Amino acid sequence: MLAAFVIVFREVIEAGLVVGVVLAATRGLAGRSAYVGGGILSGFFGACLVAAFAGAIADLFEGSGQEALNAAVLLIAVAMLIWHNAWMASHGRELARSLRAVGEEVKAGQKSLMALAIVCAVAVLREGSEVVLFLYGVAAAGQTTPFGILAGGLLGIAGGGLVSALLYFGLVAIPLRHLFAVLTALITLLAAGLAAQSMRFLAQGGWLNEWVTPLWDTSPVLSEESLAGRIAHVLLGYSAQPSGSELTVYLAVIAIMLVVRSMAGRESGAHGRSAQASS
Amino acid sequence: MSSIFRPALAAALSAASIGAAVLPVMAADIPTFEMTLKDHKFSPDTIEVPANQRFQIRLTNKDATPDEFDSHDLRVEKVVGGGQTGIVRIQPLVPGRYMFMGEYHAATARGIVVAK
Repeated sequence: MLAAFVIVFREVIEAGLVVGVVLAATRGLAGRSAYVGGGILSGFFGACLVAAFAGAIADLFEGSGQEALNAAVLLIAVAMLIWHNAWMASHGRELARSLRAVGEEVKAGQKSLMALAIVCAVAVLREGSEVVLFLYGVAAAGQTTPFGILAGGLLGIAGGGLVSALLYFGLVAIPLRHLFAVLTALITLLAAGLAAQSMRFLAQGGWLNEWVTPLWDTSPVLSEESLAGRIAHVLLGYSAQPSGSELTVYLAVIAIMLVVRSMAGRESGAHGRSAQASS
Repeated sequence: MSSIFRPALAAALSAASIGAAVLPVMAADIPTFEMTLKDHKFSPDTIEVPANQRFQIRLTNKDATPDEFDSHDLRVEKVVGGGQTGIVRIQPLVPGRYMFMGEYHAATARGIVVAK
């Protein structure tokens, strides 16, 4: 039961923190529950599929299929987060002002919601498939009573959900005029961290062979195994032993975010002025 | 809308090209260590590897259920299904002792890589 709790708790936190950020980022958008809920649900079904076909996936790309899948879903999430931040840069101002949703705003808002739903889906898919495989293994081996696994798993979900909920309520308690800046920073670091993780999988899959050894080790200060380290890992992309490629990609994604945001922000500024002039 | 889509697409493409630009390395010239997992125990549970050199562990899972070769020290995690074999690629290590475990049976499935 304890093993079930530990593993489920760990994976639920990793996916749950991402969902918490997404929920905070989509507060006030029409139809967000359906999108986020749909993302979580499809992620769950995806996790079951990945677990069911784990053997077949592992055999792809000369035995590196698992690494390819992990790297691919991480990079998809990064692209979606970049898109979302670009959207926030051009529409956040209007959104903060009135939360109105008309015409183009609704369509653009739903595209951004879709991007964030995909982020939730891949987070749940990645972490969920490990939970499913583990629980299947425990159940198949019959080491513990089904009640023990079930109780451990449910406690793990509850614990992970609680930490994620604390993050969400912490975020939405931030005054609205600061919330956008905080979320933008958080999503930037989240994306940078996911991109860095994908480098590790590319190295493990044999595609990346340079800049793969750790540059330093800060695990005595903050271990990734600790709860705080794990949360920092998910939200800020903290890594105790980053390699050159991980650090480079981490910084590159932050740079891309800044460029994309300033471009999108400038366009929306021009758009806003012309709209005012014509009215 | 297209004005927002363009930078995002460019970002996605540049992210994808980072992965596509490098080709998989041939596995033949890399030292390979055989390891099996049976009754949720690794055998051998200690391997000695050359330091500062890339190597790989060919892990055969002889149990009926999956397990995850997980090591924070070695910076790898890889699920190997029941009755299956997986390749765990490990990057060059500085001399030292590196712990690993089977995450799904962490009480018994433990081992050490010694880099010399």
